[in-house]
Amino acid sequence: MKISVLALQGDFAEHAEYFRKAGAEVELVKSADKIRNSEALVIPGGESTTYNRLMKRFGIIDALKELKEKKVPVFGTCNGLILLARSATGEDPDYSLGFLDITVSRNAYGRQRESFEADISLHIDGESSFRGIFIRAPKILEVGSSVEVLAKLGDEPVLVRQGPFLGATFHPELTDDTRIAEYFLRLAEKATS
Amino acid sequence: MEILRGTFRLKVGLAEMLKGGVIMDVTTPEQAKIAEEAGAVAVMALERVPADIRKEGGVARMADPEIILKIMEAVTIPVMAKVRIGHFVEAQILEQLGVDFIDESEVLTPADEENHIDKHGFSIPFVCGARNLGEALRRIAEGAAMIRTKGEAGTGNVVEAVRHMRLIQKEIRELQTRRPEELYAEAKRLGAPYEIVKWVAEHGRLPVPNFAAGGIATPADAALMMQLGAEAVFVGSGIFKSSDPERMARAIVDAVAYYDDPAVLAEVSRGLGEAMRGVDVSKLDEKELLQVRGW
Repeated sequence: MKISVLALQGDFAEHAEYFRKAGAEVELVKSADKIRNSEALVIPGGESTTYNRLMKRFGIIDALKELKEKKVPVFGTCNGLILLARSATGEDPDYSLGFLDITVSRNAYGRQRESFEADISLHIDGESSFRGIFIRAPKILEVGSSVEVLAKLGDEPVLVRQGPFLGATFHPELTDDTRIAEYFLRLAEKATS
Repeated sequence: MEILRGTFRLKVGLAEMLKGGVIMDVTTPEQAKIAEEAGAVAVMALERVPADIRKEGGVARMADPEIILKIMEAVTIPVMAKVRIGHFVEAQILEQLGVDFIDESEVLTPADEENHIDKHGFSIPFVCGARNLGEALRRIAEGAAMIRTKGEAGTGNVVEAVRHMRLIQKEIRELQTRRPEELYAEAKRLGAPYEIVKWVAEHGRLPVPNFAAGGIATPADAALMMQLGAEAVFVGSGIFKSSDPERMARAIVDAVAYYDDPAVLAEVSRGLGEAMRGVDVSKLDEKELLQVRGW
């Protein structure tokens, strides 16, 4: 299974490394054609306003919509989650593409001063703890009935899945704990087999 | 539930999120909006851009908090602001305002000729300039979460940024060729802590993101710095001193994202109007250079 990491901007190199450590073959992609031909795609953290403009300018939105139609597995963190949501407050309504039936609020915890680390409860293969790195993070406000909540910070959902689409408000790629990459790889393999 | 703020991982984490992007100098909320709409990953809130600081002289200090707050209100992207080298009270003020990143910058007049700020003591991240590996590693030891080349700010001339980026990369490559016992002497030569020197020798890169700054004026300049190994680009005077700032800003954002695609670079470079006029750095007096500030 080859994982394509969208490399327009942000911490794509950390995502590439995170998935390599989990045993995946990784390719950085930024052209619409390469995105269209992805077997599975990761959308990294970064600035959503920057992503929005670059995606419109370089025809990437249509390529992503095709992935959604074809149900190609996609994992988005932070900025990537905003893109996967149905809608996001504080964001251009065109930016969120509705892979996941959730609404989110951008920069919901505040500025960098309010960025934080905390243990979250992860519900993958039973319940366990995972170190959540939240950087100017979004918050998930509403979760549709077909969305599975896979991790929580207190009572707040922070990792959600709907079919082959996975989204996190935090940054697993900034830790050495590869369980979330391994989970997405399993999800992607199941979806494409 | 225990919540930690201001950890080094969170500071470097924000720097990682800015990679592949353009950080633009702005002096008004209107300019900040133009920068955000053009796709800047962050703005640097200033009273004067470096080209004007260079022209007008006098003591250059932290911007008026009023200007910084107005810029913070105008945009949703991270806002950075500059403090004088060693001026930790200016940094305390910026931390209180809630800016997202502090640039301890040689563009402002230094407040201390021996000591930089102890950046570990702050909850928000710092970026510092460097001309060579020793300088970069000393700043990281003091707690910098991002390094940028100094270049020669306010000149619109990329030559010094190229020199600094090439030198840092070359010194990293040289460290990688050293035997383990030689790294102690290397640490002494570089004037940097052994542990950080050893980390760089083992990993072949800085332990924090390495950005380019100082004299970048065109999309081609920005892409040049990226191809030389910069992970993102600061553009100071180059945007709002050009004849069509909106267009220049968008073109530089595109050029940084697609820095390795000459077809995109050729397209975005067309018809941009006039870039900032610029200065021949070799014609400047040693005392006019900003890059020699800091140590």
